[in-house]
Amino acid sequence: MFAKFIYLEWKSFTRSASFASSVALKILMGLLVLYFTVLFLAMGVGAFYILKKMQLDPLMTVNKFLIYYFVLDLIVRLMLQAIPVMNIRPLLTMTFKRPTIVHFSLGKTALSFFNVTHAFFFLPFSIVLLYEGYDPLSVILWSTSMFALVYCNNFLNILLNNKDNLLAVFIAIALILAGCQYYKLFDITNYALPFFEALFHTKWVFIFPVLVLAGLYYWTFNYLKGDLYLDAGLTIKKDIAKTENLTWLNQFGTLGTFLKNDIKLIKRNKRSKTTVGASILFLFYGLIFFNNPTQPEVMHIFAGIFVSGGFLFTFGQFVPSWDSSYYQLMMTQNIPYRGYLNSKWWLVVIATVISTILASFYLYFGWKIYLTIVAGAIYNIGVNSHLVLLGGAFTKTPIDLSMSKGAFGDKKSFNVNTMLLTLPKLFLPVLLYWLGSYLMNPKLGLAFVALAGVLGFMFRNVVFSMIEKIYKKEKYKTIEAYKQKA
Amino acid sequence: MIQVNNLTKKYNDTAVLNIESLEIPKGQSLGLVGNNGAGKTTFFSLLLDLIQPSTGNILNNGIQVNTSEDWKPFTASFLDESFLIGYLTPEEYFYFIGDLRGQNKADVDVLLAQHEEFFNGEILKNKKYLRDLSKGNQKKVGIIATLIGNPEVIILDEPFANLDPTTVNRLKKIIKELADNPNVTVLVSSHDLQHTVEVCDRIVALNKGELVKDMLTSKETLQELELFFAV
Repeated sequence: MFAKFIYLEWKSFTRSASFASSVALKILMGLLVLYFTVLFLAMGVGAFYILKKMQLDPLMTVNKFLIYYFVLDLIVRLMLQAIPVMNIRPLLTMTFKRPTIVHFSLGKTALSFFNVTHAFFFLPFSIVLLYEGYDPLSVILWSTSMFALVYCNNFLNILLNNKDNLLAVFIAIALILAGCQYYKLFDITNYALPFFEALFHTKWVFIFPVLVLAGLYYWTFNYLKGDLYLDAGLTIKKDIAKTENLTWLNQFGTLGTFLKNDIKLIKRNKRSKTTVGASILFLFYGLIFFNNPTQPEVMHIFAGIFVSGGFLFTFGQFVPSWDSSYYQLMMTQNIPYRGYLNSKWWLVVIATVISTILASFYLYFGWKIYLTIVAGAIYNIGVNSHLVLLGGAFTKTPIDLSMSKGAFGDKKSFNVNTMLLTLPKLFLPVLLYWLGSYLMNPKLGLAFVALAGVLGFMFRNVVFSMIEKIYKKEKYKTIEAYKQKA
Repeated sequence: MIQVNNLTKKYNDTAVLNIESLEIPKGQSLGLVGNNGAGKTTFFSLLLDLIQPSTGNILNNGIQVNTSEDWKPFTASFLDESFLIGYLTPEEYFYFIGDLRGQNKADVDVLLAQHEEFFNGEILKNKKYLRDLSKGNQKKVGIIATLIGNPEVIILDEPFANLDPTTVNRLKKIIKELADNPNVTVLVSSHDLQHTVEVCDRIVALNKGELVKDMLTSKETLQELELFFAV
């Protein structure tokens, strides 16, 4: 029986979209994976020596903060780790016994990325402990307990996944605990530390996490087994819909029609919500660069572009893929391409303006910094907004709106054309800024960047006609691509 | 209204559609029948400029569809769920299409009221997004949306599939009414010979991309078709 399951899993793994990419991309991905593996290993190994250098007892310090480690882990899981129940639907009516199906799905979660990553920290750390002459048996018992706790979180996540608001509760607990600790009101680590220390020093304490894990497995097993019905655990959650007319947008004519639709698109889909959430993070990108003497000044404009361009880069780069699931409708309706592109352009521009206003907190760093951001915003509106739409003509990855995955970049949407387009998007302003600073002073540099934006804006109509032509040329290929899995 | 000239569509040298000539006069209702892979959807996709012809062309009211977009204002179509916007409620979807076709909210509401029976109380004000509706109900939304804005050409791919018997009868009534309107040209494809014969003035049968039968509907049509598709 299990062999059949493993066969299915293997097929789903090797035939997943990320494997269907080109060889060059596979090599690139391989290198990335290798890079991160080395990075994590270095962290696991390095943690011991860094803590030691800071005159702290490495093991005790780690034990002290493990409580936060596991709470954060649970929060991250609740946010991101999906429980793999959906793909058991077709198996229900086949000659598999229900317990077998449940055991298998639970076993599958054990191999999840969210569990494996912990090994990258705990394994090297344990090995360093052994190397440094800590008692081998204690180290083994301690790391066993750690993995038991990691898996406790894994099953807790399954049990808690369908409960609403729990995430908020956990985040609140974590924040309150951290706050109390920071203001020295109450220190949870003082209570957690003896337990984690005991896992190492007392030989039998490791029994607790292992027993808890066994109990949780049993509980999860029964929970899932009883829930293995299409109308129970296997339902797809349906939202209660509310009709919104957004009539105030009617005054903008066709543009308003599309904007209405785009606002609903963003509000009602997981993927777009995550994307917009990510774009807010861009607002804080400047904090790395401004008032940071280790960064060359010419990079300020780089930050300026990013601060206001979060939405442009995260949302804009997937136009028109956002409409991929109903692209055929768009192509047969009474819509001129230009109107469609125009509405997307306005959406990006409005978001850029809002970001620029929100970024006014950078005024705290001085007028010059904020001017950099404004210049970046002008460049974004005048030049980058067009480039992003142009890149969209070559982006042929359908977007599954209901998935939050891939919001931080899609491997398949990498292609030579979009890569080349990032050059003018990011490096041209840096070059202009450098040129101005070199000729006179940074102010001229900013003026150059802003001027490029204004010029782009002035030639908007010409540029739009060009982009429209390219979209028309790519139309059939795009429809074809979106049909693959829309 | 619609004129097809030497139209072929090939994928890697395999011809999936080959229609030398077909003319559909204004006001006619045409039923397209054929087995899976006969080329029905391919023909509609070509007619809507969703795929490119290998040779030949289609004129819709004198406008060549793959060179000009001017056929869009008077042509409405529903091929499959990819014509629906999943995150909208049915009402929002209707108003969206209405906006695109120059109909205001009141116009759309009048049309929806006419088809309340067809919706059977399962569509409007149900607090559901289109993506959460059943296949049949999604189809109802898609079909009625094609009627918004009094289009002159209406294209429906497999409209009878996935619908319950009552709704099929109501849909037949709607299509018949459209067929009786001398300004509206209707194109319907189906696997179901009987339904098609009942609502269409003319039946065209496709087989492996070739036009094999073309007849005006009469008493004997159904029999003839059944004989043709008999095993």
